[in-house]
Amino acid sequence: MENILEVKGLTMDFGGLRAVDSVDLYVKPKEIVALIGPNGAGKTTFFNCVTGIYTPTKGDILVNSNRGGVRINGFKPNRVTERGLARTFQNIRLFPNMTVLENVMIGKHCRLSAKIFGALFRDKKTRAEELKAAQECYVILEKLGLEKTCDELASNLPYGDQRKLEIARALATEPKMLLLDEPAAGMNPQETVDLTHLIRMIRDTEQIAILLIEHDMKLVMNLSERIYVMDHGQKIADGTPVEIRNNPEVIKAYLGEDIDA
Amino acid sequence: MIAQEIIKSLKAAIWFMFLTFPIMVIKVNTVYKTIEWRWMNMVFIGVGVFVGSFVWRWLLERKDKPSAKKESISTRTQAYLAENPISKRALQGALLVALLFFPMFMDAYQINIFTVALMYIVLGLGLNIVVGLAGLLDLGYVAFYAVGAYTYALLNTTFGMSFWIVLPIGGALAAIFGILLGFPVLRLRGDYLAIVTLGFGEIIRLVLENWNDFSHGPSGIAGIDKPNFFGLELNLNQMTDGVYYMMVVFTIITIFFVGRLQNSRIGRAWLALREDEIACQAMGIGRTRTKLMAFALGATWAGLMGVVFAAKTSFINPASFTFLESAIILSIVVLGGMGSIPGVILGALIMILLPEYMRTFSEYRMLVFGGAMVVMMVFRPQGLVSNFRRKYSFHGVDERLGG
Ligand SMILES: Nc1ncnc2c1ncn2[C@@H]1O[C@H](COP(=O)(O)OP(=O)(O)OP(=O)(O)O)[C@@H](O)[C@H]1O
Ligand SMILES: [Mg+2]
Repeated sequence: MENILEVKGLTMDFGGLRAVDSVDLYVKPKEIVALIGPNGAGKTTFFNCVTGIYTPTKGDILVNSNRGGVRINGFKPNRVTERGLARTFQNIRLFPNMTVLENVMIGKHCRLSAKIFGALFRDKKTRAEELKAAQECYVILEKLGLEKTCDELASNLPYGDQRKLEIARALATEPKMLLLDEPAAGMNPQETVDLTHLIRMIRDTEQIAILLIEHDMKLVMNLSERIYVMDHGQKIADGTPVEIRNNPEVIKAYLGEDIDA
Repeated sequence: MIAQEIIKSLKAAIWFMFLTFPIMVIKVNTVYKTIEWRWMNMVFIGVGVFVGSFVWRWLLERKDKPSAKKESISTRTQAYLAENPISKRALQGALLVALLFFPMFMDAYQINIFTVALMYIVLGLGLNIVVGLAGLLDLGYVAFYAVGAYTYALLNTTFGMSFWIVLPIGGALAAIFGILLGFPVLRLRGDYLAIVTLGFGEIIRLVLENWNDFSHGPSGIAGIDKPNFFGLELNLNQMTDGVYYMMVVFTIITIFFVGRLQNSRIGRAWLALREDEIACQAMGIGRTRTKLMAFALGATWAGLMGVVFAAKTSFINPASFTFLESAIILSIVVLGGMGSIPGVILGALIMILLPEYMRTFSEYRMLVFGGAMVVMMVFRPQGLVSNFRRKYSFHGVDERLGG
């Protein structure tokens, strides 16, 4: 099967600092892939390059390489999202003064078509579109168990629910692939277990690929089918969870950190 | 505890007495070369600040108390009206009737003041799109007002084009200027944006002031035609009524459209852009498009009002489009409550009608505005009327899903 995302030789420099150094990576449809590495390894920077927040210094980012592939280097973030990549943020970036449902509806934005005319005159088509969007977003919230809080302001949600709302918002963009940046950060063990089920459920029901950054090794080992390991901006290993667990290079990079946890 | 409070107030009183000493106590008479020491003033200030600081701290404390966090009157009223559409319609109907019959009981002077107030409501609502909804602090809004006014003045005096033809042209031209301003400031936020827009407003005014061949410079343009209502011959009083009714219609249309914009796909995008630009882009919203749309739409209303202004006064010059004008419109939005339509209406009425009816205080107008703004920012930063957002209900979905 063809790759949904293919990254070749991705390099990102910040002045003299090479945060990402010729990293190769691919993700196939419906695959769950993890990207791990010690703090400051360049994982978030890698995400930011792929999703258009930074323009990479070198390398190619190809989406949908089965249809020849579209090179999305330097695309604006919104164009990348339109191409089917949706992300969450390591430091939660919700819209705090909008309701939970409105947050998700922002994700729907790029799949709706109402223009100024529709906004001003609210014709039948626009009304139908808005209603459909609101309902679809509500269904997404139900899937993640957030529907009860739908009229609540996002900032009033507990921390774990805010992380879930980020996922809901990303799902609303109708992605082919989700990029999750430390979705379990700050969650307690029970919440982390729930999140593991949730991510697998999303992959199974939505049929989308998932690329996730995570420090929680239990979640990574349970969930992912393949793992990439980064350190100092470079990819130092890739393979199945078993291969990674026994890779001496990885163990060296993580020296002091318990990879079997 | 009490001793502490008293010491705090004493300190404040001494500090203020010291600060105001040169202007309040010493009075130099330059003719007789004498100095008058007005010690009583110092006592007044000391006692005033001493008492005032107690009140100030009491208010601050009250504001921070959790019991004061309950929903304000404006929020409760708005919630009630949203749940009772009949009362809402009744209220709207009553207001409309009052507006329609208003000129029958009033003289031309009063009608004129109200027309001006309505114009500022529309201007406030237009700026509200940019500042309140999209969160882009625009200090040069008056530039678009000037574009509209000069469009009509020039097209009318040189080509004799009529009001109703120029009205859309003025709006469109202002929108184009809005986009022109929008492009260079796309990446700017907050203070930086405010400074650039301020500069833009001044550029437009200075061009109008100095480009004599084009805009007739500081002397302005006179003899602009009044609006033409269905070809009727109107005397001065009837014209005042006509412009008033036109503004009523304009205001209603604006309220209607701005309300719809707010609750639309675009309105949501503006809100999100205001909250978090990066997250907003990452969720698929184009920053360029969304921001330019806010600038263009906001400017359109200023342009339309500019045309009306030129037609109403039949004389314009650059002095009508100073920064003060932008500041007043911005104050309307901030005072009333950013993003809230009833708030902006209330803000405009307060800012325009109060000074008119309290002419005796007009010298202190700026002082009072400034003081009121500071007090507002401390005690009610969201404005007089807080923004009330609609909620969705999902009975339909529940049934569909069999839940
Ligand atoms: N905008 C930036 N400008 C300059 N340096 C940056 C920038 N963003 C990241 N860096 C640097 O790049 C390196 C990689 O950072 P990055 O955030 O990608 O790490 P990470 O793998 O996500 O770490 P963590 O696990 O702590 O989230 C760090 O040394 C960081 O200081
Ligand atoms: Mg990171």
